[in-house]
Amino acid sequence: MTTEFPSTPTSDLWKPNRQRSQRVELIVKLIFGAFAFVSIVTTLGIIETLIFETFKFFQEVSLWQFLTDDKWTPLFKSAKFGIFVLISATVMTSTIAILVALPLGLLSAICLSEYATPKVRGILKPALEILAGVPTVVYGYFALLFVTPLLQKFVPGLQGFNALSAGMVLGIMITPLVASLSEDAIYSVPRSLRDGAYALGATKRETITSVVLPAALSGIVSSLILAISRAIGETMIVTLAAGQNPRLGLNPLVPVMTMTAFIVQVSLGDTPAGSLAYKTIYAVGMTLFTITLALNVFSFWFVRRFREKYE
Amino acid sequence: MISNSSHPVTTQAALTAEDVNVYYGSNLAVRNVFLEIPKNRVVAFIGPSGCGKSTILRCFNRMNDLIPGARVEGKITFKGQNLYAKGIDPVETRRYIGMVFQKPNPFPKTIYENIAFGARINGYQGNMDELVERSLRGAALWDEVKDKLKGSGLALSGGQQQRLCIARAIAVEPEVILMDEPCSALDPISTLRVEELIHELKQQYTIVIVTHNMQQASRVSDLTAFYNAEATETGNKIGYLVEYDQTQTIFHNPTEKATQEYVSGRFG
Ligand SMILES: Nc1ncnc2c1ncn2[C@@H]1O[C@H](COP(=O)(O)OP(=O)(O)OP(=O)(O)O)[C@@H](O)[C@H]1O
Ligand SMILES: [Mg+2]
Repeated sequence: MTTEFPSTPTSDLWKPNRQRSQRVELIVKLIFGAFAFVSIVTTLGIIETLIFETFKFFQEVSLWQFLTDDKWTPLFKSAKFGIFVLISATVMTSTIAILVALPLGLLSAICLSEYATPKVRGILKPALEILAGVPTVVYGYFALLFVTPLLQKFVPGLQGFNALSAGMVLGIMITPLVASLSEDAIYSVPRSLRDGAYALGATKRETITSVVLPAALSGIVSSLILAISRAIGETMIVTLAAGQNPRLGLNPLVPVMTMTAFIVQVSLGDTPAGSLAYKTIYAVGMTLFTITLALNVFSFWFVRRFREKYE
Repeated sequence: MISNSSHPVTTQAALTAEDVNVYYGSNLAVRNVFLEIPKNRVVAFIGPSGCGKSTILRCFNRMNDLIPGARVEGKITFKGQNLYAKGIDPVETRRYIGMVFQKPNPFPKTIYENIAFGARINGYQGNMDELVERSLRGAALWDEVKDKLKGSGLALSGGQQQRLCIARAIAVEPEVILMDEPCSALDPISTLRVEELIHELKQQYTIVIVTHNMQQASRVSDLTAFYNAEATETGNKIGYLVEYDQTQTIFHNPTEKATQEYVSGRFG
């Protein structure tokens, strides 16, 4: 495979081993391809199992029942499968979490990127990263044994297991994620834009709120959505602190059961493979997957739609 | 205090610099600048790269305050008031002394909001629609964008974006407009439009423009300041003002040899 171009006076000095480099290229391509293949196959495998078992579930329980029942009692004799019982709990804990994480995360991102001196930043940033590294089981017990008793002093009627403290601690858990991704977004707003605002007589606060944050909006929103996905999928905290009582409604003071908590409950019991309860796990898992996927698709669309391009 | 150049006889000074030194960290970047910018004139800053034109320009609206480690010594006055005196709010000075940057930097907002933003933060009480129209007309952009005021400022061409930035600057009714190579990212036709615009703006504003384009300097400016840089033993370059005079004089009959060489393109 040699291409012959007319020779030049120094042709003799240039002898690239094209054949060898082509072979190396090919091998490298194959290796990387194999790794990519493994991860794609894994993902496909998971989705395949989910769909397959969910399909079997819906052969026994109708979709209508699944969506409209107001009870979730799959292990009882008179089994009911109202998924919204679990969804309501998940929505509640995630909403509380995001209500905590949005202000905390965004404010720390602004503080870190705009106000902190290098010294303060050097302390705050690692502190946030430590927060991100705490095992979730620790957060769970923190919610159950510290936050709930503390809250009970102020909130009358707060039960030992509840969505409120689980959601709040969940919010603390995802705060570093929001903070660090939002900070990236804020940091990447070009300096020239800030200068433009300052040159018009804007103060620092005006520059941040009217120019920097809107310019970073798409990044901030996608960090939030990623954080919501984490909150929805988080298991340990809600299982430990929110309880195991499937209950439809949006009362954050009483024990509830989230989708993930249900999956834990069934997996811990000795449910025989192939039984209806076993298939239920997959139906719930599929629901979780669908919600998270929808959020990610939305985030993808939003970022594409609203991302500003600066050269 | 005397500078090494013959000061042009002027009506009234808008800005003056008296023995200004600017440091970045411990490095002296520009030294001993004496300069007087008369009202309603266009003053061009020319000189080789790195001689401190932008640095001096940023002293006039205290944009150097935003650069960590930057320090200005000496006296800069605006209508007789020392801009670096205690109690002067840099934010306030920037409303009177606007700036247009080298690269067009419209905000990622609508065209309308790009203009209205400055007015709003400065507490403008008048009719906003009128102000937006007046500013866009002032920047010779109105006819091109009047139908898409709600469109994004980023959707405009580079030349239109730069005129939008000029419109944005004049919307807060400043007295001085500082322009740092406003045409360097533009094509020749857009450049010409901006130059025509500068001619018109001169009636109302005082303009200081940095440019690397000798023809541009001679076309638009009344006065020209030529800066140069000299290397110290440590290898740092220190900028200084070589000569400041009527543009005619600088281009056709300069006092300094370096100026003569620079404007005729036989530099370095
Ligand atoms: N933000 C900064 N931090 C540190 N040093 C700087 C900074 N800005 C400029 N300098 C230094 O100050 C000197 C003058 O720079 P300046 O940008 O004012 O030059 P200039 O004449 O505008 O050049 P150009 O024509 O390339 O724009 C240079 O030596 C430069 O390295
Ligand atoms: Mg410059």
